[in-house]
Amino acid sequence: MPDSVLYCSLHDPASPCPSGYNTNKTVSVWGGGGRIEITLSKFMAIQQAFRADWYQSMADGEPLPPGASRKRIKKSVDRTLGFLDDCLKVHQNSEALKNTEIIGVIEGGDILEERLRSVRETVKRPVGGFLLDGFQGDSLHDDPKLNLISSVIGELPEDKPRLIHGIGKPDEVLECISRGVDLFEGFFPYLMTEQGRALTFNFKDNIDPETEVLERNGCGDNEISNKPLGNEGKMIPFTTDLRSEQFRGDFTPLLEGCSCFCCKSHTRAYLYHLLVTNELLAGVLLMIHNLHHYFGFFQSIRDALRDGKMQQLTELITKQKF
Amino acid sequence: MSPYQVEQSTVDSTNSCFPLSLQGPDLIKKANGLHGFMNWKRALLTDSGGFQMVSLVELAEVTEEGVRFRSPYDGKEILLSPEKSIEIQNALEMIKRDVSGFAIGGLSGGEEKDHFWRMVKLSTEYLPPEKPRYLMGVGYATDLVVCVALGCDMFDCVFPTRTARFGSALVPWGSLQLKHRQYAKDFEPIDEDCECPTCKRYTRAYLHALFRSDTAALHHITIHNIAYQLNLMRFIRESIQQEKFPAFVQQFMKRMYGSVEQYPRWAIEALSTVNIKLE
Repeated sequence: MPDSVLYCSLHDPASPCPSGYNTNKTVSVWGGGGRIEITLSKFMAIQQAFRADWYQSMADGEPLPPGASRKRIKKSVDRTLGFLDDCLKVHQNSEALKNTEIIGVIEGGDILEERLRSVRETVKRPVGGFLLDGFQGDSLHDDPKLNLISSVIGELPEDKPRLIHGIGKPDEVLECISRGVDLFEGFFPYLMTEQGRALTFNFKDNIDPETEVLERNGCGDNEISNKPLGNEGKMIPFTTDLRSEQFRGDFTPLLEGCSCFCCKSHTRAYLYHLLVTNELLAGVLLMIHNLHHYFGFFQSIRDALRDGKMQQLTELITKQKF
Repeated sequence: MSPYQVEQSTVDSTNSCFPLSLQGPDLIKKANGLHGFMNWKRALLTDSGGFQMVSLVELAEVTEEGVRFRSPYDGKEILLSPEKSIEIQNALEMIKRDVSGFAIGGLSGGEEKDHFWRMVKLSTEYLPPEKPRYLMGVGYATDLVVCVALGCDMFDCVFPTRTARFGSALVPWGSLQLKHRQYAKDFEPIDEDCECPTCKRYTRAYLHALFRSDTAALHHITIHNIAYQLNLMRFIRESIQQEKFPAFVQQFMKRMYGSVEQYPRWAIEALSTVNIKLE
C-alpha cells in the first residue's frame, strides 16, 4: 500500500494484553507464539528495519486496574519518558529513520496530576505527534475519563496530530473528536466481523424533514438502518447480528443504500447462510462492508467538521446508542 | 471466494449441493433459483448428495430410506432420500428430458488408481462422442490430464480449495506447504510464472507469516489454487486445439515428476492405451 501513511503501534488492539510484565528496561508484547520481551535496542532495531512513516515510542502502557496505586502510575510515566529519550537518542542518529516520525506516548492512568506531568514533559521532546495511552478497554462513558482527555489535549500544540488507541464505537469516537483527538485505530469493524456482526448505524446527516417525522412516529422505512436489529442475546448498538433466524429468507441487501460490493451483490439471506455454515466467505463479505461503512462514517465526520454540523451528527449517532 | 471473484477468474461453472437440501426447495424458488441466491450468472452443477454422504458422515446416519442429516442451521433432522434428492433437482429445472451430457460418478472415493482409470476408459468408450462427459470428483492435476486423454471433458473437485484451506499451494511441480518453517524467509511468489492476484502481490514469506493471525492467508491461497487449476485446463484446451496434446502431456509429467522413473505406473499405462507413450 504505497500511498498510505504507515503507523507502527506497540500492541494489537484486537488481542488481549495481559499486564504485570513490563520492567524498567523492557516491555512485553504478544505475538503468535506468546509473550515477547523487548529491550530498547531490540525495539529500535525493529523500527529501523520496518521504516514505518510513524511509530509509537516504546512505552510502559500496560492496562492498569481502576484502583492502581499512585506509585505504579507514577512509574509508568517515568519509564515511558525514559524510553522516549532513549529512543530519540537512537532515532536522531539513524539514517534509516531520517524520514520517520516518532510519536510520544502520554501515560498517567486516571490521576490528573500524573497525566499533566506526562504530557508537559512529552511536549518538550521533538516528537511528531502524541498518543493518549491507557484509555482502551472499558467504556469511555464516565466523565472523569473524558475530562482527563480534555485536560491532556489542552496542553498539546495545535499543529501535531493526536492519536488514541482502543476507541472504536461511533459514539465514543465522536466524544474524543469533540475534545481534540485526530486519529483512531480501525479495529472496530474487524472485531464486529469476527462476531458475525454488520455495522448498520446511520451517519448520513441528510435526512429530509418528511422522513424524519415519519421516523419519529415509528413508521418510516428507514427503521432498518436506524434501529439495531437482531434482538436475541446481547445487543451491541450500531450493529446487526446476521446469524438471527429472521434473515434466513430476507433477500434485501445487508444495508439499503450502501454502495459497497457486499451490499450491491448479495443478500442478507446469503450472508445468513454463509455464517451458519461457517463459510470463510462470510467474513470476507462482512469485512468489506464493515470497512466501507466505517470509512464512510469518518468521511461524514470530516464533512461535518468542515461544514460546522458536528452537533447534528452527534445527535444522530447518540440516538442510535440503545 | 465470492461468486464475483470466481467469475473474474473465468471459471465457467461451479458446483453446489450442500445448501440445497438444507435450505429447502421453497426458499430457493423464492430466491429466483440457486443462481439468484448466490448471485452467480454462469453454469451451476448440482450434485446428488453422494459425496456429502461420505464427507459429512459424522453428521449423517445412513438407513434404508436414505441419509439422515443434522442441519447446521437449526439442529433439525433432514432425511435425504433418493426421491427427495431428485425432487430437489427437478425443482431447480436442471434435468431435461433430452439429456445434454453425461456424468460419470462413483469414482472419486479413493479407489485404487489401476481400477480407477480402467473404469473411466470403459465409461468414455460407451458414451456418444458429441456430448460432454463430466467426471465427478476428479481434481488432482495428474488425474485431470490422464482423464482428459481418456476422453473426459468436465470435472469438479473440492481438492484445490480444500487444500488451500490447509495452507497448501498447488504448483506445476507439486505443492508447497506454506505453513512450514522453510518458507518463513522465502520472498518469492508461490509461482513466479503465475498471473493470479496472489502471486502478483504476495510472497511465500508473507503468506507464511499471515497464517498465524489471519484467515485472509487461506483466501489468498484459494485464489491461487483456483487460478492454477484453470491455467492447467487452459493449457490442456489450447494444446488440444493446436493438436499438440501428447507433447503437452510429456511436458506436464516431466515438470511434475522430474524423470520417467518417478512417473506413476498407472498413468503410464493409462496413457499408453490412447497412444501417448511417456519417455
